[in-house]
Amino acid sequence: MAEIRLERATKTFGQVHAVRELDLTIADGEFFVLLGPTGAGKTTTLRLVAGLEKLDGGRVHLGGRDVSALAPAARDVAFVFQQYALYPHYTVFDNLAFPLRSPLRRRSPQEVTRRVEEVAKLLRIESKLKNKATKLSGGEMQRVGIGRALVREPNCFLMDEPLSSLDAKLREDLRVELKHIQRDLGATILYVTHDQIEALTMADRIGVLEEGRLLQVGTPRDVYTRPASVSVARRLGSPAINLLRMDAVPGIAAPSRARNIGIRPEDVQLNGRGIEAEVEQVEHLGAESVVVLRAGEERMHALVSGGTSVQPGTAVRAELSREAMLFFDEAGQRVDA
Amino acid sequence: MSGTSDAHSIVEPGPTSRRVASVVVIVYALVSMVPLAWIVMTGFKSPDTAIAYPPEVVFEPTLEGYVNLFTDRTRQTPEYMADLPPPETWYDELVRSRNMVITGPSRFFGRYKNSLIIGFGSTFLAVFLGTLAAYAFSRFRVPLKDDLLFFILSTRMFPPIAVAVPIYLMYRALGLSDSHFGMIILYTAVNLSLSVWLLKGFVDEIPREYEEAAMIDGYTRLQAFWKVVLPQMSAGIAATAIFCLIFAWNEYAFALLLTSGNAQTAPPFIPIIIGEGGLDWPAVAAGTTLFMLPVVIFTVILRRHLLRGITFGAVRR
Ligand SMILES: Nc1ncnc2c1ncn2[C@@H]1O[C@H](COP(=O)(O)OP(=O)(O)OP(=O)(O)O)[C@@H](O)[C@H]1O
Ligand SMILES: [Mg+2]
Repeated sequence: MAEIRLERATKTFGQVHAVRELDLTIADGEFFVLLGPTGAGKTTTLRLVAGLEKLDGGRVHLGGRDVSALAPAARDVAFVFQQYALYPHYTVFDNLAFPLRSPLRRRSPQEVTRRVEEVAKLLRIESKLKNKATKLSGGEMQRVGIGRALVREPNCFLMDEPLSSLDAKLREDLRVELKHIQRDLGATILYVTHDQIEALTMADRIGVLEEGRLLQVGTPRDVYTRPASVSVARRLGSPAINLLRMDAVPGIAAPSRARNIGIRPEDVQLNGRGIEAEVEQVEHLGAESVVVLRAGEERMHALVSGGTSVQPGTAVRAELSREAMLFFDEAGQRVDA
Repeated sequence: MSGTSDAHSIVEPGPTSRRVASVVVIVYALVSMVPLAWIVMTGFKSPDTAIAYPPEVVFEPTLEGYVNLFTDRTRQTPEYMADLPPPETWYDELVRSRNMVITGPSRFFGRYKNSLIIGFGSTFLAVFLGTLAAYAFSRFRVPLKDDLLFFILSTRMFPPIAVAVPIYLMYRALGLSDSHFGMIILYTAVNLSLSVWLLKGFVDEIPREYEEAAMIDGYTRLQAFWKVVLPQMSAGIAATAIFCLIFAWNEYAFALLLTSGNAQTAPPFIPIIIGEGGLDWPAVAAGTTLFMLPVVIFTVILRRHLLRGITFGAVRR
């Protein structure tokens, strides 16, 4: 496996700046997740690394080698596409064997069979090897897509929302499996998603992308607890972080430049202390409940455990944990206390 | 509720509409087959029964039409006929029964061969070039793409024969008249616009990700095209090939105008097969029957693809 390094990578499509001067280094063996809303440039970034798009500026290095001018085949990366892109005229076996039969990396037939069977077993699709690729369920197709990336030992894996077309249960299973496989192989993975759960659970580090720019890079914990800006803070956490004006919470010692307070719903406690608020709505999620509160002009969410007894229309007091508060300045950047 | 279940889904036609549809299809098939059957039958008639009135549907079949099609003959005096050694073959005998002798093979075989060379040659070229052009138009950033595509299509907006005179003069000046090469490139040029447009639709239908996946997996673009794109275009290529072949095979006007001997195809030749006292109808019918065969065979071989091809778009995914 190898390190991926992007140096001021830039790509524009006509008027659209898909990726702007992106600097990013992904260490050997790291699981890096690019997170961002639709149109942020996530797919374009992957395609730049794979060589499917030509850089308009900057460089791409793989394992310390400048590959900016190399054809996709010569870069030796594996790509899992957003849509599965299995070859419909081949069986599952031939799909999996395809990379091993390429002129560039041809293996002996015995080795092809061995590798394909290994990977099929890993992804639990052994029984489907003889099927036509089109005669599979969505989840199986996605596994084959991932399997096709796993059969050879590439420099790195590029995965474009590989789990997005699956149902919740399958997605959860594959998420765990994928993380497991990555640890076993020590694989370098650049993984794109707009699903924050995937990002938080699988990533060694997360990069938050918006309009082609990296807003923040860090461990999931880092990005969650110390977001660099309001946009990043809003991207992670469900329900989203509460943003309050300074005067909504009187008597807080805040940095002088702070204009807004950010507080996560789980840090809002309904324990009879703190600011006065009215309960607008209660959403039961099973183990937890989301309580929608109104305090003066502000609306906020509180995440409370289990079967709460608060009723809509009643008045409560909400305590906001001082340690958990984040402060943002006029431009939306976080300011430290 | 009755025990027999003829329940059917909403989208599937019911038994009545099915029956009506079958009747319509059968009637239509009969109507279009009668002339064909008539041609095939006439090929096995004698010159007299061929023009008999009222027409004879039941008749004694003879191969005279086919023999006449493939041979040149001359009429001889009874004395000359009497002096001849006994006939060597069945067709010698057949010809002599009409007081004639075979003087040699007719020109039909050569014309037929020309048709095969020119028809299949131009079909291959049109599909080959069309596939490459369609791929390029679909995948690459071609400057002035839309204008070029419109320009290509515009060559179909007038009947090809409208340019007959310029082409005639051009071919004469270039020495392409009555040559196989000239006819092949002419038919290729006429078919190319159809071929590019049809095939572009098929390539557009194939997601780029297929090739991109292959290119990442260690294949060059050309190899990816060969291994991944081409197999998925097979239905489109088959459909396009059939359309191109049918045009080139049946083309009459240019063939009449531009070819006379060396490269003459069967269409201008068949209708002027002369027998005794006018057209030799059984020979004409025999020629027509043989002429239909290659297209029929070609279409039957590719039929499976053709059905998928004509309904393209609706089939995949
Ligand atoms: N081939 C292209 N031609 C023109 N514009 C493009 C092309 N590919 C991407 N774009 C534009 O570049 C921007 C980034 O696209 P990209 O596909 O990278 O987004 P994304 O983050 O992957 O979004 P999604 O989550 O929807 O997949 C978008 O505005 C898109 O419209
Ligand atoms: Mg994308």
